[in-house]
Amino acid sequence: MITLSRRKKDTIIAGAFQTSAGLCIIVLFLIMIFLFVEGLPLLNVVPPLDFLFGTAWYPTDDPADFGILPMIAGSLAVTGLSSVIAIPLGLMTAVYLSEIASPRMRSVVKPLVEMLQALPSVVIGFFGMVVVAPFLQQTFGLATGLNLTNAAIMLAFMAVPTITSISEDAIYSVPNELREASLALGATRWQTISRVVLPASLPGISTAVILGMSRSIGETMVVLMVAGGAAMIPGSLFDPVRPMPASIAAEMAEAPFKSDHYHALFATGMVLFIFTLMFNILAAWIAEKKKQVGVSTL
Amino acid sequence: MTHAPTHPNANVFRGNTVQHAASTLVQDQKFLQRRKPFQTFMFMLFRASVVLNALALAVICGFVLFYGLPAVNWEFLTAHPRDAMTAGGIFPCILGTIALSYGSMLIALPWGVCTAIYLHEYARPGPFVHAMRLAINNLAGVPSVVFGLFGLAFFVTLMQMGVSLLAGMFTLAALILPLIIGASEEALRSVSQTYREASLALGATKWQTLAKVVLPAATPGILTGAILGIGRAAGETAAIMFTAAMFFSPKLPGSVFDSVMALPYHIYVLATAGIDIEKTRPLQYGTALVLIVLVLGMNLLAIIIRARLQRKLR
Repeated sequence: MITLSRRKKDTIIAGAFQTSAGLCIIVLFLIMIFLFVEGLPLLNVVPPLDFLFGTAWYPTDDPADFGILPMIAGSLAVTGLSSVIAIPLGLMTAVYLSEIASPRMRSVVKPLVEMLQALPSVVIGFFGMVVVAPFLQQTFGLATGLNLTNAAIMLAFMAVPTITSISEDAIYSVPNELREASLALGATRWQTISRVVLPASLPGISTAVILGMSRSIGETMVVLMVAGGAAMIPGSLFDPVRPMPASIAAEMAEAPFKSDHYHALFATGMVLFIFTLMFNILAAWIAEKKKQVGVSTL
Repeated sequence: MTHAPTHPNANVFRGNTVQHAASTLVQDQKFLQRRKPFQTFMFMLFRASVVLNALALAVICGFVLFYGLPAVNWEFLTAHPRDAMTAGGIFPCILGTIALSYGSMLIALPWGVCTAIYLHEYARPGPFVHAMRLAINNLAGVPSVVFGLFGLAFFVTLMQMGVSLLAGMFTLAALILPLIIGASEEALRSVSQTYREASLALGATKWQTLAKVVLPAATPGILTGAILGIGRAAGETAAIMFTAAMFFSPKLPGSVFDSVMALPYHIYVLATAGIDIEKTRPLQYGTALVLIVLVLGMNLLAIIIRARLQRKLR
């Protein structure tokens, strides 16, 4: 009798765990559903292509213009430029951590990278506003220091920890036999790193880079505070831009509830969500298809 | 080559080969000599990149500390804002941030741990688990402002919570859920399989094994994840902008249906839309300092707990 009730209890509890796990999928679905429910009504007002490729964003004019190409361009420009800084920096830090650092240095540098990751984005944005902007403005004689470059630099330091920690895992899991074989052939440590270890961990590194870029494109507070906020396609590195997250965060408070403007911001969120979803699925696909090579497969 | 010594040109041939070998040897030596400095150069570059990262962290923290410390005193920490936010303290913001971050953890921790238990202890590999992992990974990649939009449409509007502490807590809970799941799964993975086998061999059911053997052993690891999650939630701004935060409230929130002031949102508003941005700089620095101490303190705590844990495991 006791055994039976114990077993029954076990089944019920297993069911409860499964339910809570299933709820996670539901959350992601709810996010998608509500973005679409609130975003799609805009397409009754503006045709999809005009929305995506329109270059004018005057949401409060009458008639209003809802073209988010400047925001998409701003997002891509900021993400691209920050990747140019963050990818080498993050990768080199990862190589240092897994190949060069002594265990002691490792135990110092690793928490440091984690702390950098933990810095609240609003503080990084604040720093960009108060310190980096005046510096850029004076050094380059600009009209405003709140621009593409400033945002990219700040974003880079937010993407570095993501890139570092994921690619470090990838580099770390390269089997030691590969390194030993290369060193035994007379290669230096640098040759081993550049021609054996890095190629072997390339899938993991690609995943890291994509996730780092995904983080940059979705980051809100930094671009809201330091990107300058001009809804135009950037022509130079020092132009102010208005990436998608900044546009949403800045205007949501003033957009009347359920107005076209409100729906347009949700539709912008939809586009942003699709961008990050694509990045994440690409990263998952690479991680799965190109499983890291082990010793036996070589 | 038996006839080679008698060949008239033998010496010439031999001389050539020797010469050739010598020249490649010189080349090799040059190459060997060159590659060592090149390695040194590259390694210096790697070290420089680490230094650059450290510098970024140090400069930001140092800057906030340097300007923020003079602004922080007892009154700043315990008083309400005064004179249209240009003076006074940030007590309501501290309280709001603590309520938001701990409240969201109250929701996300049981949920995340249960999910991790399912994934690690129960699930068999298959399409359902595959879809789950894909969903969790994607949830982790959703931009925080999109969480804010979702919270606005779902919790604030549809569930009629209004812009409130509760709506913010739920939104933040969804945001930190992937982090909790990841940390909990890691903790479960580090519990040796022999523990489970020993318990099952004694006749315990799966649930008894989990509750009395596996979970106690995994608790420190799960705790580390929870602390990191609280830190993440405390620093989050975009997700609470439309769901929970308000610029100024004359009184403290009386229930979970009131909106709250929060440290990150306070910094943002003071720095971008305040009445007198330059005049309130000290307040901004002070608020940033309090936020950084709160968030990095949480992280430091988690790092220390984990280091202890690893030493014990070894």
